[in-house]
Amino acid sequence: MGTSAFDAVIPVICVTLAGLVVLLAESFRKKQERMPLGGLALIGLIGAVIACVLLWDRNATSFGMVTADNYALFVNLIILTVGILTVVFSQHTVERDGLPAGEYYALLLFAIVGMMLMVQATDLLLVFLALETMSIAVYVLTGIRFNDARGTEAAFKYFLLGAFASAFLLYGIAFLFGVTGTTSLDGIGTVVAAQSMSGNPMILAAIALLIVGFGFKVGVVPFHQWSPDAYEGAPALVTGFMSTGVKAAAMAAFARIFLSSLEPMITDWAPVLWGVAAITMILGTVVGVAQTNLKRMLAYSSIAHAGYLLVGIVAGNEVGKAAILFYLAAYALTNVAGFAIIGLLGTKAAPNDDLRDYAGLWHTHPALAGLMTIVLLSLGGFPPTAGFIAKWYIFSAAVGSGYYWLAIIGFLSSVVSVFFYLRIVVMMFMTERDARPVPLPVAASAMAGLAVTVAAILYLGILPSRVIDLAAASISTVF
Amino acid sequence: MLSLIPLLPFAGFLVNASMGRRLPKAASGGLASAVMVASFLVAVQQVWALAALPAGERALSQTVFTWIASGDFVIDLTFRLDPLSAVMILVITGIGSLIHIYSTAYMHEETGSEFARYFSYLNLFVFFMLLLVLGSNFLVMFVGWEGVGLCSYLLIGFYYTKKAAGDASKKAFIVNRIGDYAFILGTLLALVTFGTLDFQQIAGQVAAMPPEVTFGTFSLITLLLFIGATGKSAQIPLYTWLPDAMEGPTPVSALIHAATMVTAGVYMIGRNAVLFEAAPLTLTIVAVVGALTAIFAGTIAIAQNDIKRVLAYSTVSQLGYMFLAMGVGAFGAGIFHLFTHAFFKALLFLGSGAVIHALHHEQDIRHMGGLKAKLPVTYWTFLIGSIAIAGVPPLAGFFSKDEVLFYTFYNGHQLLWVVGVITSLLTATYMFRLVFLTFHGEYRGPQSAQGAQRAHGAHGAAAEHSGHSEHSVHDAPPAMAVVLILLAIGSAVVGFLGVPHALGGHNQFGEWLHPSFVAPAAHGMAEAASAADEASKIALERLLMAISVLVALAGIALAFGVWVRRPEIADRAAAQFPGVHRLLLNKYYVDEAYDAAVVQPIHRLSQDGLWRAMDVKVVDGAVNAAGQAVGGLSAVLRLVQTGSVRSYAASTFLGAVVILGYFLWR
Repeated sequence: MGTSAFDAVIPVICVTLAGLVVLLAESFRKKQERMPLGGLALIGLIGAVIACVLLWDRNATSFGMVTADNYALFVNLIILTVGILTVVFSQHTVERDGLPAGEYYALLLFAIVGMMLMVQATDLLLVFLALETMSIAVYVLTGIRFNDARGTEAAFKYFLLGAFASAFLLYGIAFLFGVTGTTSLDGIGTVVAAQSMSGNPMILAAIALLIVGFGFKVGVVPFHQWSPDAYEGAPALVTGFMSTGVKAAAMAAFARIFLSSLEPMITDWAPVLWGVAAITMILGTVVGVAQTNLKRMLAYSSIAHAGYLLVGIVAGNEVGKAAILFYLAAYALTNVAGFAIIGLLGTKAAPNDDLRDYAGLWHTHPALAGLMTIVLLSLGGFPPTAGFIAKWYIFSAAVGSGYYWLAIIGFLSSVVSVFFYLRIVVMMFMTERDARPVPLPVAASAMAGLAVTVAAILYLGILPSRVIDLAAASISTVF
Repeated sequence: MLSLIPLLPFAGFLVNASMGRRLPKAASGGLASAVMVASFLVAVQQVWALAALPAGERALSQTVFTWIASGDFVIDLTFRLDPLSAVMILVITGIGSLIHIYSTAYMHEETGSEFARYFSYLNLFVFFMLLLVLGSNFLVMFVGWEGVGLCSYLLIGFYYTKKAAGDASKKAFIVNRIGDYAFILGTLLALVTFGTLDFQQIAGQVAAMPPEVTFGTFSLITLLLFIGATGKSAQIPLYTWLPDAMEGPTPVSALIHAATMVTAGVYMIGRNAVLFEAAPLTLTIVAVVGALTAIFAGTIAIAQNDIKRVLAYSTVSQLGYMFLAMGVGAFGAGIFHLFTHAFFKALLFLGSGAVIHALHHEQDIRHMGGLKAKLPVTYWTFLIGSIAIAGVPPLAGFFSKDEVLFYTFYNGHQLLWVVGVITSLLTATYMFRLVFLTFHGEYRGPQSAQGAQRAHGAHGAAAEHSGHSEHSVHDAPPAMAVVLILLAIGSAVVGFLGVPHALGGHNQFGEWLHPSFVAPAAHGMAEAASAADEASKIALERLLMAISVLVALAGIALAFGVWVRRPEIADRAAAQFPGVHRLLLNKYYVDEAYDAAVVQPIHRLSQDGLWRAMDVKVVDGAVNAAGQAVGGLSAVLRLVQTGSVRSYAASTFLGAVVILGYFLWR
């Protein structure tokens, strides 16, 4: 493979083309005609995966603002995996719930394009553009059930608040440009490293505003409040997609900016993120305990998980950087599977997402209950699942950098969080099935996808070395 | 070969979990028992190979794979068999096999799928327990530690149609989480301090470090680990879950809540004996907590009326003895008591199970009595277990308890020795109260089918019964009887493995374990005491032994006097000191105090504080409003106006202001 100016964006192009094809196909589709739109989406996504693998270790760059370093490729592979799984799980549900298939898959693909670009961007303006591309697609996806009041409401709130937060981010970028005279991440890094900036109120303001903007997308306290609403209102599969893809992309960009360009000022911003991480872990967990709706519960859980991820950024050491990547992978797999199970059990008439709806699931869907148990144990950080290793890594990074209290708070909140994950397990295994109608059987393809995902969760828990090495190697080439 | 020991039960779990519901009961129960017996045989073979090695070099290990490796920090999944873990795996697989076999008969009333579910949990439990004791580092131990907690939780709540079972499992889980939290913090601190989590490497480093430098750190690590142990092994202040855990099936109580899981804390201290010995402050705390738990639980046991609850408090009390031994530095004695206790307490629980089984789920000893003639096998084996736990020679409990008490006194903790002796009086008394009330005297249970209905109704999962008038009472079926007899033999003879020097023995058990409790470098450096010291030590031991035997006999006599000869004494005493009786009957009101001091405030904080205020008012209010104003943009716009979006934006804004403020005014 030769090199060209387009190398770094080949994966993005694959997904974009797939999105356009889906959109075109949809517009030529006759009413009632069935088209394998999901299959088209899968082709694009798999093409992008192959491109990412081929680009590995080549450090390709395009146009001076897109990079395909291993860090970006690692995160993009996570995002693409999330995308593939979401498409696999959606095949059956889109049809069942009468969602507009063409729009659904196209928006999914365009959101992925935004996410991937956001991870690959080395210029703040491109970061912003990518973020907006992703966000607008996700806003619409949230409200894709347009005749559902809750979904529409959630989408609208998400959109308004998202716009508000984007303004903060843009303002922060402007400030940073004002101080350094550039929007390129390398350029900013050079300027910040050259002179001590910690007395400069402009750059501090810029950092604060960036934290607000990214904090919103990642969903950390106190910028989290949109997420329970949006997660509950959106179809469960979309929730699974946005709670992992959006978070992974935003987190990756966040980490890239703060751990490379703004790394020299770590002593300035670390205390702020310390506080944000601590509050996020505590609040996400404690409020999660009181939830009875599964989607809300997992929404608070994903808030807490965002807090754990921030711990990795605060730690800022080698272990921490690798831990963020591993954590993202573990979290993405686990959460996609969790929301997929919720989505598969819901019906058009009833979402079936209340805790009570899981009573005696073991008696009606034993396999699904078993898979869900492993997912929940992984979310709670129980060994030997991916979630345990991920948490262990993040917290040992914090301890390694001397943040004992953050690790203590983190362990405490993860200990408490198991309580609400286990409540679902109790519901599934230890309660009688009441008179509710038995949920429909689940499509075989979705079942297979779930089984593979859960196998991967166990693989990451039992034999994590390979992925951890890969994560460590990919990040060490960048920062 | 070593990895086969845990893998066999795991394979049993996989089969029973995936297709057990389609198998006939005989197949699922038989398979679960067969993998246990196979695992036991492999364990015996491995221990045999271990014993063939010279005393100082007894260790077999097998690295299955490297679990976590980043830079120079490597954690392997390694199994290590040394004298200490050898004792543990023999107990776990040996007694575990017996309890599996017993269960095939005990659980026969369950439906096929419930039956398979039960055995899959039980196999999974054994797998995690073996991981816990065979793991060569803290992280593998932690996997087992969490896993056994999870299985215990599932098994306590096995009869989920009973509300009490659900509550008990929740309580067990929460209390254990508190302990686990401390345990993982201790582990993390150990990692920071030593740079490794391998038990042997830690022991080696501890021995090399000067004690005065590291006193604070070692104390903190060991204290955190010990808090973890108090959760798992039901010691003050985290013991409250164990008595409630009796809501689970009785064989589970025998396996998990008597013989194996609850001893994990004791094992953990033994595993890290070198580290704990370098933290004398913690050891003292361990000893005091152990002694206090022993006497505290002993007093409660006297006033309980549920046959399993008496045994549960007895377990808490006996675990207290083990911790007392660990705390006074007599690690071998503590593990010896763990070993003998596994036999007689499993026997007693299974015996109580046979009684409960015979009486169709009656557990209240006030409704028993006179069962001696009807349940001869159960009676005689239960009696042997009771004599063993009371500490009457030459049964197993005598040797181990005597060793614990002797070292408590000998190592300078005379006050704790007094506590231990009083506890041994209590032990003999409450055990024989149980024996006399259950098996002697007149049958006090319901004579009619109506009464049986009452007892029957208390147990949701029970199948149809013809009522349990006195005549339908039957002794244990063969699978149960055989197990009872085997355990009774064990309870009678295993003490001879550790006959002390004072009685002309060689304490082989202690000799065998010794290398596990010293730093790797210090092998074979056992202290050489002078002959004179040795002579006075033996004299002292004989004296103390005589005292504890007398105390045990006194306890039995007391129980005989009060509950057989003059039953009115007990009632009169209860009437005369109503306060004391209520206090004991209600277990010192500890549950109520915890509930008021800890549970309720947290509940209120989560439910009313954070959630109600933040979430229900703001968010759900908006959602409800949406439900009322159906569909359309106007409704959405109205929502925006009701304030929820505004309040969200305000919170974002406020967050930005706080961060900016921090930067500008720090």
